[in-house]
Amino acid sequence: MTTSSNLVYLIALPLVSSALLILLGRKADKWGHLLATLVSATAFGIGVMEFLAMHTRTGAARAATQHLFSWISVGSFNVDASLLLDQLSICFVLLITGVGTLIHIYSIAYMSHDRDRRRFFAYLNLFIAAMLLLVLGDSYLNLYVGWEGVGLASYLLIGFWNQKPTYATAAKKAFVANRVGDVGLSLAIMIAFAQFGTVTFEGVKAGVPHASGAAITAIGAMLLLAAAGKSAQFPLQSWLGDAMAGPTPVSALIHAATMVTAGVYLITRSNYIFDASSTARLLVVIVGGITLIFGALIGTAKDDIKKALAASTMSQIGYMILASGLGPVGYAIAIMHLLTHGFFKAGMFLGAGSVMHGMDDEVNMRRFGGIGKLMPITFATFGLGYLAIIGVPPFAGFYSKDKIIEIAFNAGGTKGWILGGATLLGAAITAFYMTRLVVMTFTGSKRWDEKAHPHESPILMWLPMAVLAIGSVASGFFFNSGNSLVNWLAPVLNSRGVEGGAELMKPIVVSGLALAAVVIGVGIALTKYRSNVPIEAPEDVTIFTKLARKDLLQDSFNEAVLMRPGQKLTAGLVKTDTNVIDGLVRLVGAIFIGSATALRRIQNGYVRSYALIMVLGALALIAMIWVVTL
Amino acid sequence: MDISNYLYLSALLFTIGAVGVVVRRNAIVVFMCIELMLNAANLAFVTFSRINGNLDGQVASFFTMVVAACEVVVGLAIIVTIYRSRRSASVDDASLLKR
Amino acid sequence: MLNLALHVGATKTPEAVLFWFLAPLAVIAALGMLMAKKAVHSALLLAWVMITLAIFYIAQDALFLGIVQIVVYTGAVMMLFLFILMLVGVDSSDSLVENIKGQRPASIAAAIGMGGLMVTLIGRASLGRSAVGLVAANTNGNVQGLAEQLFTKYVWAFEVISALLITAALGAMVLAHSQKVRSRTGQRDLSIARFRGDSLASAAGLPSSGVFARHNAVDVPALLPDGSAAPTSISSVLKARGDMIESAIFELQPKEEEEN
Repeated sequence: MTTSSNLVYLIALPLVSSALLILLGRKADKWGHLLATLVSATAFGIGVMEFLAMHTRTGAARAATQHLFSWISVGSFNVDASLLLDQLSICFVLLITGVGTLIHIYSIAYMSHDRDRRRFFAYLNLFIAAMLLLVLGDSYLNLYVGWEGVGLASYLLIGFWNQKPTYATAAKKAFVANRVGDVGLSLAIMIAFAQFGTVTFEGVKAGVPHASGAAITAIGAMLLLAAAGKSAQFPLQSWLGDAMAGPTPVSALIHAATMVTAGVYLITRSNYIFDASSTARLLVVIVGGITLIFGALIGTAKDDIKKALAASTMSQIGYMILASGLGPVGYAIAIMHLLTHGFFKAGMFLGAGSVMHGMDDEVNMRRFGGIGKLMPITFATFGLGYLAIIGVPPFAGFYSKDKIIEIAFNAGGTKGWILGGATLLGAAITAFYMTRLVVMTFTGSKRWDEKAHPHESPILMWLPMAVLAIGSVASGFFFNSGNSLVNWLAPVLNSRGVEGGAELMKPIVVSGLALAAVVIGVGIALTKYRSNVPIEAPEDVTIFTKLARKDLLQDSFNEAVLMRPGQKLTAGLVKTDTNVIDGLVRLVGAIFIGSATALRRIQNGYVRSYALIMVLGALALIAMIWVVTL
Repeated sequence: MDISNYLYLSALLFTIGAVGVVVRRNAIVVFMCIELMLNAANLAFVTFSRINGNLDGQVASFFTMVVAACEVVVGLAIIVTIYRSRRSASVDDASLLKR
Repeated sequence: MLNLALHVGATKTPEAVLFWFLAPLAVIAALGMLMAKKAVHSALLLAWVMITLAIFYIAQDALFLGIVQIVVYTGAVMMLFLFILMLVGVDSSDSLVENIKGQRPASIAAAIGMGGLMVTLIGRASLGRSAVGLVAANTNGNVQGLAEQLFTKYVWAFEVISALLITAALGAMVLAHSQKVRSRTGQRDLSIARFRGDSLASAAGLPSSGVFARHNAVDVPALLPDGSAAPTSISSVLKARGDMIESAIFELQPKEEEEN
């Protein structure tokens, strides 16, 4: 372990900047966005420096720590606010600060007409700080602080235009769904503390071999719940689509590239727990598998470009979760897909934002069409991202997704076939809906209003898109060449050097199958959407399309199963409270009032009555003597 | 005749006095009834003194008389004061404690 | 067991006669006091009970107490009662209608219960020896015996009770004292009030009673020059009491004058 004194600046700089921008108010309007961008870029610089420094070190010395202060010290329970930068964290640091800086730059132009741009940048910086704390914390408790911080930033940014009630509701929905996951994380931390007496990653890792299997499985399940909440996985997936209410750069940064992948980080970071419990791994795989199909199906029916991309994000994170549920061989692949996805999905979101920027914030793809000619740079960058996500070689998605399909097939037995089939099916559907999206938006005949004047976005906007497009093209190759990323991450994620299972098929066969699936998906989409796209969504569609348009009933399900009974329960509790609890209290009061009212009659104010009572008292005394002397 | 007859008489007079205190409304009559009760007690004291053959009972009786005198003086002064302000000597009129 | 009392030796016949003659009278008088409508009657009946008790004291060898009873109670205290009664109004009589619900039956029940209990208690009690009597205690005389007790054994109580007496006297004075709200009106003020009044009719003073009348008495109104009676010539106190003779018979008859 090496100690480093620079790590704190990664978090402190954006945090201070965020506080400044919020506290200074309108005074900072003129330069707030510049400061925020500068801070983000500085953080990226620090990250790069740390990465280079880490690269020169070898072995166990690569990980760097920084002890900040002793946070909680109660009896034997000690939590230090310490930071840990290891091979896994640095990937995230670079992704967060790198993509974050690009999106800051993009936002300067995108939000230039918004009078609250400074506040937007304050929230962005807050998010950067919280997300960095999340990936840099050296214990689950530190991670939890960052976890809640990104939840807050996400809430604030989804509801950034909270003057629209639906947007405010979407923010609240995201927050509440995240709370469910947060409960899982806090429960996991509590169980970990009860089992190991410590909540640091290191301490938990050391304690796992001595702990009971049931406890490990419970921690794993709770961590999975937390990941499902944050990463919009089944069954807590419903908030992500509505989260698109936030400004598009937010969707790119938070709801595509970074925050929603925190669940993957949590699971890969806790690899020692999932390694020790096959039940927990199975749960992870199931959740990932369901979500990747679920999200892909929703994506096929969405006409809203951002919601289609959100469904795609959900599906792609499903891939990552599935990969991370496959054990030591999968963790690094999950991270690889996470990083490549960070590039191409952020790029595509920014592209969507660019289209919206040129189309007066129109999001309905049925009203686009033929934009590619008018916005060539956007089309080009988006197209590269598109090729990356559907997995065309040699673009980034090909390397990462193919690996996932491969290891899914290699999981062994029936499980391997099912998972492999699911990922392959997902790849086909992905190709279908992404092709549909691109075709409907950029090619074909124009279907927009006369009032709209599509135009290419300014350089501040297309430059980040271009950079991300380069990432979409090259990152996969770079990560995959010589297994560089897998080897890099191995000390953290695969310390025991576990090899993958027996190969079911040759990798080249798997790649061929995947490519075939992609070709089928693309082909169907092309024949269906190349021309004659109606402006209004057709109503005479199959039940499956209707279901997909309704997000496969996820909201109806939540409403019917959770919300209504919850409301009924609450109403019942209120009734119980008013009638039974308050009734008891009132009864006590009524008893006293009643008896007091009755006794009050004695106090009639007449002195003769009091005298009579005295006489009665004397009578009682004499009667007592009479009885005693019998 | 038995000496205890004096005690019976004392008990009777005391009871009559007690009834008077509770039943009558004229404050002066109420006071008279209190005097009757005190006198009944005095009779009992004197009778016990005789029965026990010492004068302690008579001394107690003497003290009772003094206390009764004090009580009458102060009580009647109070009655006069109340009468002056309320033009009434009825104990029922002074029932402000309730209202 | 509470040793309440007493055996009770028999008394001599004369005392028995005295008791059986006076005791029923005392009880009847007490009941009468309880039931009398007029407070004055109650006071007189109480005086009778007290005198009876004084006689009983003397009969029981308590000579000094008997005398004190007569002097202090029937003399001073009862006079004080009567004085206050006069001050408050002799006529003030209770209405015997009870206005507190349930007060009277409850009182009577309590009284019967109390009397019955006390009587049965006395009847049950026994001393186990005969009464001693006061002959031995009174060898030096009853007054001397009492004085010895008061100034030796009970001297402290005696002092305290004297302090109580003084306090009571002071208290009575304080209570009876009434603060003057206005300065006393003098002759000068009255004179000014007469002349500054609404009319000058009484400026020279009200007419005296009986002036120019056939009777020269305070309860007969004066006659005005026209022969009618002057109502202001009678003292308002007499008027209020109704002690005013109808003046019509003294008035001159205008008809007769016309005839003449």
